[in-house]
Amino acid sequence: MIDRLLLPMLVLAILAALYAACLLGSVPLPPARMTAALLGQGEPGDLLVVWQVRLPRALAALAAGVALGISGAALQGLLRNPLAEPGVLGVSAMSALFATVALFYGLAATIPFALPLAAIAGALTATTIIAWAAPRTSSVVTLILVGVGISSFSGAVMSLLMNLAPNPFTLSDMVTWMMGSVANRSFNDLALCTPFILTGAALLIAARRGLAALSLGEEAAAGVGLNVPRQRLLVVLGAGLATGGAVALAGAIGFVGIVAPHLVRPWVRHDPARVLIPSALLSGLILILADITVRVMPGDTELKLGVVAALIGAPVFVTIALRRGTPR
Amino acid sequence: MTAQGLEVSKASLAVKRAPLIEGASLSLEPGELVVLLGPNGAGKSSLLRVALGLVRPDSGEALIGGQPAESLSSRDRARAVTYLPQVRDLAWPIRVRDVVALGRFAYGAAPERLGQTDAEAIVQAMAACDLIELADRATDTLSGGELARVHIARALASQAPLMLADEPVASLDPRHQHSVMRLIRGFVDRGGGALVVLHDLDLAALHADRLVWMADGRTVTSGTVADTMTPHWITAIYGVRATVTERDGVTRVLVNG
Repeated sequence: MIDRLLLPMLVLAILAALYAACLLGSVPLPPARMTAALLGQGEPGDLLVVWQVRLPRALAALAAGVALGISGAALQGLLRNPLAEPGVLGVSAMSALFATVALFYGLAATIPFALPLAAIAGALTATTIIAWAAPRTSSVVTLILVGVGISSFSGAVMSLLMNLAPNPFTLSDMVTWMMGSVANRSFNDLALCTPFILTGAALLIAARRGLAALSLGEEAAAGVGLNVPRQRLLVVLGAGLATGGAVALAGAIGFVGIVAPHLVRPWVRHDPARVLIPSALLSGLILILADITVRVMPGDTELKLGVVAALIGAPVFVTIALRRGTPR
Repeated sequence: MTAQGLEVSKASLAVKRAPLIEGASLSLEPGELVVLLGPNGAGKSSLLRVALGLVRPDSGEALIGGQPAESLSSRDRARAVTYLPQVRDLAWPIRVRDVVALGRFAYGAAPERLGQTDAEAIVQAMAACDLIELADRATDTLSGGELARVHIARALASQAPLMLADEPVASLDPRHQHSVMRLIRGFVDRGGGALVVLHDLDLAALHADRLVWMADGRTVTSGTVADTMTPHWITAIYGVRATVTERDGVTRVLVNG
């Protein structure tokens, strides 16, 4: 009963959150004027605030959240561990690094798709390393350490690039990529990145039946008729495309990919196939809400979205890790 | 070999130059329960994986229904042979009925999307394994014996003519060991063929139609319980002395160390 209501409830909550995101902000906009602006009427100023600033920003948060939520859930299914996630496994960091290189060398400004493509290349590099390492180690701890290694490596190169940054503007750009933010996103940015996110999500949804089979372990999954190498490829590609798209749009935002599936799982009876779509929606919702929080917080400098996500997500990560440590 | 049988002939497999199996042969036909015996590290699991076509042998061949096992698609293989590896733990605490439903994976079914035939096969398998009352339980709340039955039900749900089970009774108490073996016996009596890896010689003697003995990667001998469950072969395979007695048609093995 409740699992049937889960999706409609999440969709409604997302619509409400998008509405709230248009409503709230530094410029007060009464609901009537905001609604008029949303419908394309009203004063030019209102139209600008809603259509150029608040709505694209909220949609960017939604898109990034959807990508990270579905990638997290799919990677967890593939690696059979609830701690797997693009952020923890270093996928976001590697992706952000590649995006930064594209920005640093000015590729992003000259070639239209350079930024998302670089971010995706980074994400795919990291997911490939992880999927390569996964069957070679039975321990997920090892795998997470591989992720920590990828993260640290990316962080180090990133610091180097920051040291070499030619001017403060480039530097602040880079910080944005590292921390994750959807400030100043436009519909153009969305149009550039969402196709990749949707393609990745579609691949992951196509692979979801295999994720259910993988609950049995790789050996038995192969036994029930799953083509395991193909499944691994699908998830790596899907998660790489979606995470890359999310990083190109919003930078490296960690931990949402852990929190959302963790919350959703009991509602779908822990089925790793059924967890995908609700995780995507919930994680989108979380990022819209987190971004609203970022915007309405008083202060001169805006908090980064990724920081808020980590402030919520990291404790959840630690909790799950500790709970798994206790024998049943 | 019949159209549904399985056969491995003179297969060898090595990993990093360490031989896992060497010239091992094996056959399984519908209607027989074959028990594969041998000490730890004898290559029993590797032989099963070769028989299934999950790994290609370095030499020799493995056939399923007359076709090279490794050339079968994952789906066709799963429809011909159902496989129970040693690992029984599930990654997620999913429901019993969802685990059993995974037995229908090769028919395009998913736990949330079941056709009429799938649903019937699942209910039948759960009924055969006495799981109807546990159907909605999460698997992490089950005992080891119950979980073993869930996996048997998953195998039965696939309705494949053959079953390969790698130590299906490991770490179960005697009652559950016998209940699992009875379920496999029932599958064979209905026309299935089962190859079961066991370590318990009494259990093997009680249930097997045929024994295959393995040591150091080789299939040393094969035959009926009466012919091969002898002190000679037990010493040759396990390196222990044993006394074999038979009373009222029940073979007992006493290992003297």
